[in-house]
Amino acid sequence: MPDAPVSQPVASPSVTLRVDGMDVTVAAGTTVAAAVARAGHQRFRQSPTGQHRGPVCGMGVCGECRVTIDGQPHQRSCLIVCRDAMEVTTDG
Amino acid sequence: MDDLQQQGSFRSGQLPQRDLLQCDVLVLGGGPAGIAAACISAECSSRVVLLESTPWLGGAIWRANDVRSIPRSGQHWLSRLKHSGAQVICEATAFAQEGGELCSESGAVRRVYAQRCDQLLEVRCGRLVIATGAQELFLPFPGWTLPNVMGLGGLQLLAKGGWPVRGQRVIVAGTGPLLFAVAAALKNRGAQVTDLLEQASWSRVARFAAVLPWLSPSKVWQALQLKAQLLGARYRTGCWPAAAHGDAVLRSVRITDGRRAWVQDCDYLACGFGLVPNLQWPEMLGCTAHGDEVVQVDELQQTVVPGVYAAGETTGIGGDAAAVIEGQIAGHAASGCTTGRQLRRLQVRRARAGRFARSLQAAFRLRPELLMLAHDDTVICRCEDVTWGQLREFRDAREAKLQTRCGMGVCQGRVCQNSLRLLKSWPTTSVRPPVLPVLAGMWSRIVREHDMDHQRDPGDQS
Repeated sequence: MPDAPVSQPVASPSVTLRVDGMDVTVAAGTTVAAAVARAGHQRFRQSPTGQHRGPVCGMGVCGECRVTIDGQPHQRSCLIVCRDAMEVTTDG
Repeated sequence: MDDLQQQGSFRSGQLPQRDLLQCDVLVLGGGPAGIAAACISAECSSRVVLLESTPWLGGAIWRANDVRSIPRSGQHWLSRLKHSGAQVICEATAFAQEGGELCSESGAVRRVYAQRCDQLLEVRCGRLVIATGAQELFLPFPGWTLPNVMGLGGLQLLAKGGWPVRGQRVIVAGTGPLLFAVAAALKNRGAQVTDLLEQASWSRVARFAAVLPWLSPSKVWQALQLKAQLLGARYRTGCWPAAAHGDAVLRSVRITDGRRAWVQDCDYLACGFGLVPNLQWPEMLGCTAHGDEVVQVDELQQTVVPGVYAAGETTGIGGDAAAVIEGQIAGHAASGCTTGRQLRRLQVRRARAGRFARSLQAAFRLRPELLMLAHDDTVICRCEDVTWGQLREFRDAREAKLQTRCGMGVCQGRVCQNSLRLLKSWPTTSVRPPVLPVLAGMWSRIVREHDMDHQRDPGDQS
């Protein structure tokens, strides 16, 4: 189950987005990085020599979690909160 | 600048919209120090703007997208900020500035530029408080670039954002009290933390314990073991990861105590070797001297640049309690409220917090073996895939940068420069704007306008 803040007695609202063409439903407030992981991907991108990479720092420093969001490449997925109907593409 | 081009250009090719804000005190960073500084300044009747680059207030430690993870003091400060009158702008990355040379007494204007989504934000301010916090220190070892090898705080932050860790086997490695904090947070989310690897020896951990007068070393050992047992993990001092194995993702970690080594299966390795201050802004403003690892400040948190203050981890790693104290002092000073008795009390508390931080640093000093883990084919610069072997022939970071692109990728060297400072004793190279990656169009607009300003009136600082 997605994590929901305990202070909210009712189930937190959810958001549905697409990750590599697959629908993923997550709790509101979930980051895109987490949604990609919940869609079953651990490889987010490839390095210049083709190595698989995934998130490292979780705070927007390393850039390893970059994905394409709604056609915009190089978006740091750990710093972006999921919105409904977002289209996310990985390159892992 | 070609790395910035990679960040994408404006969809329509148009110039970004510009917003202009005016304030007395601009605070950079919405962590504990920045929040405290903004609160106090606003409560002292200053007009305050706070810029935070992420969507969340609270910094890494009080990140506010999950109320469960915020300690009571954090909740207090976050609600106080809400009522303080300070204007808070999240998702705004401050990347350049100009002016400010006459900032000391005359109240001359400094212009700080930030990117917020596709918008350019210009903030004109009299005083600046830098509270940009710290990032983790990552040290390269074979396999550290595999997916699922993450930072220590990194995995915790990702989990706060909803990263699924339930049922996952996690090895937590690194140094200092953060190991327990991260292990406990992951366990709360259902992770199976198998090992806590503390690189410092038991004798060093015990020496740190000695500065806590209410605990004897044996009591501390018992407490640590108990804590690890409660977490269901083994606590091993004097141990560290020597290599990570896996094909496309992490499968196992080779653990060593320096004499023997063994392989342990896992799903995640959360590994970080302490924190390093984010000094891009203070360095760009000339607040640091060459080779400084922290910003030097006076008793009012003012840097060597008049009108520019620094608080929190930028002045030395001390944790959220110290950051809140420093932020309050900076808030008082930046808004000119420096006569009250409360300020004196804060300065006394800061001295105490500083002593604690220094003993922490000494106890968890990194062992030299950690700097010798990389093999020739181990990647050092993750953005550009520059290996340890490729860097062998270079004498300094600049030379390496020119020949290999080491440190020129999207992270702008924020990962590899910190490790190379330790691995090769290379000081970090100079910081130039834009200090953080922004849209190319954003930067070119600033440059163009700046040049136009000069043609019109070179002396104009307003």
